[in-house]
Amino acid sequence: MTTQFLTYIFVGATFALYIGIALWSRARSTNDFYVAGKDVHPVANGMATAADWMSAASFLSMAGLIAFLGKDGSVYLMGWTGGYVLLALLLAPYLRKFGKFTVPDFIGERYYSKTARKLAVVCLIFISFTYIAGQMRGVGIVFSRFLEVDINTGVIVGMAIVFFYAVLGGMKGITYTQVAQYCVLIFAYLVPAIFISILMTGEVIPQIGFGSTLVDSQVYLLDKLDQVTKDLGFVAYTENVKSNIDIFCITAALMFGTAGLPHVIVRFFTVPSVGAARQSAGYALIFIALLYTTAPAVSAFARMNLIDSIQDQPYSSSPSWFKNWEEIGLIAWMDKNADGKIQYSSGNALENVKPIYQELRGPKGQRLLENEPNLSNENEIYIDRDIIVLANPEIAQLPGWIIALVAAGGLAAALSTAAGLLLVISSSVSHDLLKKTYMPQITEKQELKYARIAAAVAIAIAGIFGIYPPAFVAQVVAFAFGLAAATFFPALFLGIFYKRLNKEGAITGMLGGLLFTASYIIYFKFINPDINNSDFWFLGISPEGIGCIGMILNFALALSISIFTKPPPKDVFDMVDEIRQP
Amino acid sequence: MKDKTQKYWKANLKIVFSLLVIWFIASFGFGIIFSDTLDQIRLGGFKLGFWFAQQGSIYIFVIIIFLYVWLMKRLDKKLSEEEEI
Repeated sequence: MTTQFLTYIFVGATFALYIGIALWSRARSTNDFYVAGKDVHPVANGMATAADWMSAASFLSMAGLIAFLGKDGSVYLMGWTGGYVLLALLLAPYLRKFGKFTVPDFIGERYYSKTARKLAVVCLIFISFTYIAGQMRGVGIVFSRFLEVDINTGVIVGMAIVFFYAVLGGMKGITYTQVAQYCVLIFAYLVPAIFISILMTGEVIPQIGFGSTLVDSQVYLLDKLDQVTKDLGFVAYTENVKSNIDIFCITAALMFGTAGLPHVIVRFFTVPSVGAARQSAGYALIFIALLYTTAPAVSAFARMNLIDSIQDQPYSSSPSWFKNWEEIGLIAWMDKNADGKIQYSSGNALENVKPIYQELRGPKGQRLLENEPNLSNENEIYIDRDIIVLANPEIAQLPGWIIALVAAGGLAAALSTAAGLLLVISSSVSHDLLKKTYMPQITEKQELKYARIAAAVAIAIAGIFGIYPPAFVAQVVAFAFGLAAATFFPALFLGIFYKRLNKEGAITGMLGGLLFTASYIIYFKFINPDINNSDFWFLGISPEGIGCIGMILNFALALSISIFTKPPPKDVFDMVDEIRQP
Repeated sequence: MKDKTQKYWKANLKIVFSLLVIWFIASFGFGIIFSDTLDQIRLGGFKLGFWFAQQGSIYIFVIIIFLYVWLMKRLDKKLSEEEEI
């Protein structure tokens, strides 16, 4: 059986499973639709949270990013897991005790203000759509490479599946599909990692293989990798390139951003009690850590294998995965020294970084490029970082069924996150904007109908993002975390831990954090990308890490404005007292 | 009644604060600020600072949350026992 045929079977089987679960778990009330009836078991919720959280970025892109960033890649590992400690200790149990449906719900009631609620809805929609755009790119890549269908068809099929279980089942449908998706994605991630670990180091557990010696050798994998990367002109794999302050701020922005992401927080509204919310955060982090501790091992294996399999190889005898990805347009080779061999070293091979292909073929059959060569280095290849996880099993020459499994896993990761995001968008529209602000007279049944319509509209918009991906997808990811850290985290944290905080303080804080962070990112990413380097950054902090400063600004504004304005009414004090009790 | 909830909240804050100190040391401390210094020490094939940044901090995060679940369960139990008396 060909790999492509196996991929069709795996992807088809998992899609059938998701649809089956959706039919079984239809939502009958707003309580079902928004928070899955509040009776999800903590372990099941842990799995659903893990699937919700681990997106196409975690599954497809992260290991590839780390493979190229080396130790600097630690910011993603610590940032995207450490946030769960904050979530578990500072937010989840209290927000569960509050016991409503959405994050803007809490902000609106705690700060007794419709303005605060609307501001929260705007931040939420912006953060969530930014995030969805990335998921759609993931779906597109998997479909085009492994099923060889058009990216647009891939996106439409993916959207149809999400539409089916999100609109029909709401949170209830999404939760139980996410449990299944977690199982698919973790299996698909671990199996190739274990195989490659055995091949390279003889160790079954990748986390141990990562720190072991190579097969038939006394040399540790990481030492060899340090040596090889240095020889090719890179900084050693286990050393930092970024400055410590930048690493510190990016990690902090990712952690606090994680804790402030509405689609993650809302998962803790679905469990039956405060104790269950605490436990559930623990289970979620175990399930996430399983992938996040494997990822850096995969990165090191992949970097090593990649260099071994292409360095100084004649293009004509290069491995088939190399040519396959070149056809998709995610690998490019420019024979700068005309020796017919592939040379890989530090620096960008091409001017303007990304390859622009011509219709013509070169003497060895390679796709010719419009780009001028970058003559300041000897590097001849461009490799898109998003392909590393997908290409890894092929690079390591694993059997076809593993490659098919990885494709199904990548789709599970992208679809589960997209569904979670669509749900928070639709519930904030139907619940916070319609029911609580503009149309308070609607019945529960009507609200449920509006929630479904909002979900359908959101899916359509997400689909358009997938088919016409905005060129700036990669650049705006920093937005989602930076903005969540600079807006939601302080408002939620102070709302629980500082009773005296009033609406004036909270609103000014959120607005200040939002405007500061957004303008810094827009300035360096879009208005003046030429000066986006550490000489011009504020205190040497990159746009990725600026959310950390935005958050400090939010805290400072919120606390100082509160002191000079009227304290909140007594029932808010009572409400905070109430949520502090288990 | 007021007094007891005050005491519960104070005990809760103490637990949360101590665990966050561990959280900070494991990630920002060992993984970033002192990472290069710790790299002098080796743990098998890993430099220790690198190991904390890419592996160790994550294991410690998991332990912190379960420690929190356990400590809070104990505290909640104490509160409900006091209420019965």
